[in-house]
Amino acid sequence: MKYLDDFRVPGAVRTLVRRIREQGGEHTFMEVCGTHTMAISRAGIRPMLEPSVDLISGPGCPVCVTSDRDIDTAIAVAKLPGVVLATFGDMMKVPGTEGSLADAVSEGARVRVVYSPLEALQMAREDRGAKVVFLGVGFETTAPTVAATMLQAREENIQNLFLLSFHKTVPPALRALGSLDEFSVDGFVLPGHVSAIIGSDAYTFIPDEFGIPCVITGFETTDILQAVSNLIRMRTEGPAVENEYSRAVRAGGNPKALSAMEIVFEPVDAEWRGLFVIPGSGLALKEDFRDFDAGAWQVELPERAISGCRCGEILCGRIKPPECPFFAGECTPESPVGPCMVSSEGTCASYYLYCQEEE
Amino acid sequence: MCLAIPAEVIEVLDEDVALMEIGGARKQVNISLVDDVSTGDYLLVHAGFAIEKVDEGEARKTMELLEELARLDEVP
Ligand code: SF4
Repeated sequence: MKYLDDFRVPGAVRTLVRRIREQGGEHTFMEVCGTHTMAISRAGIRPMLEPSVDLISGPGCPVCVTSDRDIDTAIAVAKLPGVVLATFGDMMKVPGTEGSLADAVSEGARVRVVYSPLEALQMAREDRGAKVVFLGVGFETTAPTVAATMLQAREENIQNLFLLSFHKTVPPALRALGSLDEFSVDGFVLPGHVSAIIGSDAYTFIPDEFGIPCVITGFETTDILQAVSNLIRMRTEGPAVENEYSRAVRAGGNPKALSAMEIVFEPVDAEWRGLFVIPGSGLALKEDFRDFDAGAWQVELPERAISGCRCGEILCGRIKPPECPFFAGECTPESPVGPCMVSSEGTCASYYLYCQEEE
Repeated sequence: MCLAIPAEVIEVLDEDVALMEIGGARKQVNISLVDDVSTGDYLLVHAGFAIEKVDEGEARKTMELLEELARLDEVP
């Protein structure tokens, strides 16, 4: 299919930028997807739209919103005898109270970086003596893959694969942001791949309850500019949810993926790092899967400390990374103080890598 | 982290697994989360799983729109 991944059309970029300029006004839009954050920074979209459009980054990077408490738990579990912890590579450097998973490895913990939860399942099949624990982090894009893996493990009667589920879901977080008194964002650029799972209908409460327009879009420069232009138009025409990513997103999402999640997980309250506890925004294993739940194991956790990281304010759109006193000094991707500097999709890391001259 | 990569199905190996061409390499991908997969389909791949089909008709419409926008750029 020639139309698959080459949506880079320079002439279309120029037309869209001109159109946005002609639309005028002043707007603050929030993108709620780490992959968008990275695409916007890398393609230099912010300077194209200045000064009329301000693009700020919300809590769209699952690594960045994993609480320090959850990192502490993962480290404590990884240090238990007989355990091998399997995790996506992004999680290795995220600081907990006393260091990161990478530090735990140097202290003897067994941690393996995997690309897919299926690799953790394979590890459990091959080494029945080990307790393989998969560190489940990610939004609705990732949660169904983990759910399908747990279903497969149950079908094969694999008894040495476990899950630490720190999965989070996007709509409850958007509701929590929208409900903040001081929240003043004029539109949301909604994530493409989370939406491929949950569908565009999952967001109708945002225009209905908060009067904020939303556009689901893809990851090319043209996709993002189109979303911005549509958001500006909806500010006068009235708010709705528009789907600019119809090549991958349907109104009802992916029913098979949703049903796998539904069988395995149930919503729980979850703490978002730097923010607060958001009701119903986490995914815990259901009663039926309790035997797989490494979250129920007894571990000792260190006393929590305050790092001074200002990720929380960044994720609500109150400040930009350079306003944090640690930014680019004490806090860099090589030696991160906060989680937003760890993943390349973190707001601080994407500013650090691509946007320093802009400031 | 929610990045999913569009890739083409080379061969459906069984109900749950397809061989796909990803970044020039052939890889086995779990297709249990997507319905009715056949050779030549484009799927979004994330963490070893196909998470959704790419709709060819919609992709073409988007491309046509972009080409239209690009033509507007050439009008003086
Ligand atoms: S620069 Fe570092 S310390 Fe400051 S908010 Fe970002 S991640 Fe946190």
